[in-house]
Amino acid sequence: MVSRTKSPKPTKVSTTVSKVIRNYQQDKDKLIQILLYLQSTLGWLSREVLTEVSEQLQVPITQVYQIASYYKAFSLMPRGRHIIKVCLGTACQVRGSPRLLDTISAMLNLKPCETSEDMRFTLETVNCLGCCAMGPVVVVDETYHTKPSPSDLRKLFESAK
Amino acid sequence: MTVTLQIDGKEVKAREGMTILEAAKEAGVEIPKLCYHEKLKPYGACRICSVEVERKGRARIVASCGYPVEQGLVVRTRSPRIDRIRKTLIELIAPTTMVDGEVVGEIKKLAKEYGANIHRFESRFRAKPTRCILCGQCVRYCDEVIGEHAIGFVGRGIERRAVFFPEKAKACLTCQACFDLCPTGKIPSETDFVVFDGFSIDDYLAGEL
Amino acid sequence: MTGKRISSPEELEQLRKRILSKRGSNKLIVSICTMSVCGQSRGSVDVCGRFKEEIRRVGLEDKVDIKETGCQGFCEREPVVIIFPEGIYYVNVKPDDVPEIISTTLAKGKLVERLLYTDPVTGEKGAKESDIPFYKNQMRIVFGNNRHINPTDINDYIALGGYSALSKALFQMTPEQVLEEIKKSNLRGRGGGGFPTGIKWETTKNAPGKRKYVIVNCDEGDPGAYMDRSLMEGNPHAILEGLIIGAYAMGSHEGFIYVRQEYPIAYENTIQAIKQAEEYGFLGENVLGSGFDFEVDVHCGAGAFVSGESTALMSAIEGKVGEPKMKYIHTAVSGIKGNPSCLNNVETWANVPLIINKGAGWFNSIGTDRSKGTKIFSLVGKVNNTGLVEVPMGMTLRRLIYDIGGGIPNGKKFKAVQTGGPSGGVIPEQYLDTPIDFDELTKLGSMMGSGGMVVMDENTCMVDTARYFVSFCCEESCGKCIPCREGLRTLREILTDICEGKGQEGDIEAIEDIAKAMQDASLCALGTTAANPAFTTLKYFREEYEAHIKEKRCPAKVCKALTSYYIDPEKCTACMICFKNCPTEAIHGGKGIIHWIEQEKCIKCNTCFEVCPPRFSAVRRISGEPLPLTPAPGTKVIREKRR
Repeated sequence: MVSRTKSPKPTKVSTTVSKVIRNYQQDKDKLIQILLYLQSTLGWLSREVLTEVSEQLQVPITQVYQIASYYKAFSLMPRGRHIIKVCLGTACQVRGSPRLLDTISAMLNLKPCETSEDMRFTLETVNCLGCCAMGPVVVVDETYHTKPSPSDLRKLFESAK
Repeated sequence: MTVTLQIDGKEVKAREGMTILEAAKEAGVEIPKLCYHEKLKPYGACRICSVEVERKGRARIVASCGYPVEQGLVVRTRSPRIDRIRKTLIELIAPTTMVDGEVVGEIKKLAKEYGANIHRFESRFRAKPTRCILCGQCVRYCDEVIGEHAIGFVGRGIERRAVFFPEKAKACLTCQACFDLCPTGKIPSETDFVVFDGFSIDDYLAGEL
Repeated sequence: MTGKRISSPEELEQLRKRILSKRGSNKLIVSICTMSVCGQSRGSVDVCGRFKEEIRRVGLEDKVDIKETGCQGFCEREPVVIIFPEGIYYVNVKPDDVPEIISTTLAKGKLVERLLYTDPVTGEKGAKESDIPFYKNQMRIVFGNNRHINPTDINDYIALGGYSALSKALFQMTPEQVLEEIKKSNLRGRGGGGFPTGIKWETTKNAPGKRKYVIVNCDEGDPGAYMDRSLMEGNPHAILEGLIIGAYAMGSHEGFIYVRQEYPIAYENTIQAIKQAEEYGFLGENVLGSGFDFEVDVHCGAGAFVSGESTALMSAIEGKVGEPKMKYIHTAVSGIKGNPSCLNNVETWANVPLIINKGAGWFNSIGTDRSKGTKIFSLVGKVNNTGLVEVPMGMTLRRLIYDIGGGIPNGKKFKAVQTGGPSGGVIPEQYLDTPIDFDELTKLGSMMGSGGMVVMDENTCMVDTARYFVSFCCEESCGKCIPCREGLRTLREILTDICEGKGQEGDIEAIEDIAKAMQDASLCALGTTAANPAFTTLKYFREEYEAHIKEKRCPAKVCKALTSYYIDPEKCTACMICFKNCPTEAIHGGKGIIHWIEQEKCIKCNTCFEVCPPRFSAVRRISGEPLPLTPAPGTKVIREKRR
């Protein structure tokens, strides 16, 4: 895993993919790690990227897609510049995260898993971030916010351009 | 090495490494199944082949397609508990596989045999019927026997699907091995085997499956 | 080589002495949790930054050390600052409190009263950790070191005696003796099932095959549980040491640590720990000069609950999709690529060095007949003191929830405690005196699980709880086998219908039939246990299901479709609070005019209920009975009531 980097300069997909695969010594066992790396640098996994991975790593396209569509960390659609994750784990649930999700959903006019048309926000839900004592928890661009009030959220969203 | 076990009260000899399902078949005991195929590795997804086994006095339920035979094992392929499992499983998959209010093929046979009420959960089935029980015979046959990888699984949980990859369609034109494997008849009736419209990875990515 | 490599037990002891003498014993230590998301999200990093700045400013660098640590347990009160050696304990510290702590406590040894912990029950203040009931009743043998360790600095672990168990195992014990000690300790797997660890190790050790793997499972996916995250983040070397000892016992030379993707700090700290352990010669070729070779690789998960299942996790390590396979041949015999593979949970591995150092006899002196040692729980939900707690096995649920957890907030009544995550179940009040023990919890239809403990109060609806877990599993199941996938899908629809007042005659029997089929026939342990929340809520709270189905009533007044909000005109003082906070402007009235709710506009968000001051308690939730009449618009508040 790597930290989120700024949007990379446009390079050919095949070059990007081959570089990453080389970093992982062409090791097929590292398929998930390779996809995680690509997800974090590209923000999402396009059909083109996954086809390249399949060809260059010589893993069936079916296996690549099975993995890419199975795990929550991967996105098969472009995502917004700001990712908002609402935790729906049990502890957060008991402390009112569904209502928090409703509030955020109404504020951003987005349903869970949707991205705003201007590509500013993507709203997602997660099933437990392990931050259970502090719930309900919302993560905005990797920063954790615990028990945020509607006005906290409004400020946060306004400052995210 | 051979082992002796008991299947439905009968003494049965089997070779070590065989599964209960294979040993039963040789002994003339037919165990129902929906995802098993003799050319494919045991998969254990349909659970219709569940049987009761007793070992050292402890009874448990296992999938006969994957459980290896053991010396002295006592197997029951029918029992009230097993029959109830099969009945419930058929009732659960009936709504998604129905065509014009009726289940087809092997599922129909099993529904009758186990007294399943195929309409029991119909009103609770609110997803789009996919006519697919994800037995994976098509996926695994294409993968393990043909080696083409033209059809695969995507998604997880209740959103899991089997989809075709159109870029591989050329091979499918002449193959069509999966057509006869499909227990619900979905593949032959819904696939045009040219672009796999309505059944492909691109449909999945467009959110239409 | 960096020259740090240790190549004998003697060198390790010399290093330990050097580290300790360099530190001196008179220094004050300010311990702050900055390496855990809980602390970070509450601003502990800023507090720590301020400490560094101020200490430099007043020139106390020679007298005070700052220890940045992982989770210390009492997450509810973060940022927490502990000052050692005395253990003075400050809670909810803000950066602006720092100068006062320095001038009062660090410089003069006096307390800053307002930052001390106040017991919500007795109102008493506690100056030290040992005065606080939350800590007083715990037994933190595994987790306690977190507060003394900066997880990115291996020297901190070594200073506390770290890697001495490894040294002992490698130089004073044969692999067989190590295995025997673990078997004698009766340690059972902390990840869920409670399988005897020694037997698992023995199976792997004796399984044919040259290549053997040992694996740390840090794919803690149970919602409501974070013990493994906190251990991995806060004390990674303890787990690593346990793993190396296990590898030695089993004859393995390759290990994996699988960390879930949702735990970025745990991942980073693990990588760092491995790097340092390699530099010091605890990993790699010829560990500590013993001739034993061992390497570890880290695998990052990608977000899937079911990946924590052993066969699924091993598939993921092979680069395949993380879904379970049939395992009639145990993974201890045939796991990664068909090789014997021993997978243990984070907490299980962390217990190993303790057992090797202190002996199986010591470990057996803690706990119950069949469950030995301690267990870490994440005590969360509707309980006053939330956080991570470590208690000896055998403590009753009541003591854990009331003595350590401080009971239920806001004077509410306890209803149930949920253990074991989506594989566990709810335990009602009549069983609160059950001792915590693998087998006792299983008897109640729940399970120990990895240690999630979610407390629920009277305002929790049990049908809704079952619906929540089933919905969770609908998303998190791999979807491979029919009973789990289709069973969950149908259960979810039935439970949702019941919650929405659309339950039908026969639904309870349908739930039981489906749950039974799932339990009997699912492919993996997550499938066979996925119906437990439905099973146990039905077993202990059947009347709640019946109320929903037959009377269209939600006794806990949670299910939106069955609950209405009503403002009691006798109690309303027209204070305008609910009026202003209603997000849909469903509340009418005004200053001095009794408020009332326009039912068509009400979205039942519960805001008015929450904001109405307790001394008025004018907002009522009504379920299963007709709504009382609202007052005529414009009715004024009678003066005496307003006082």
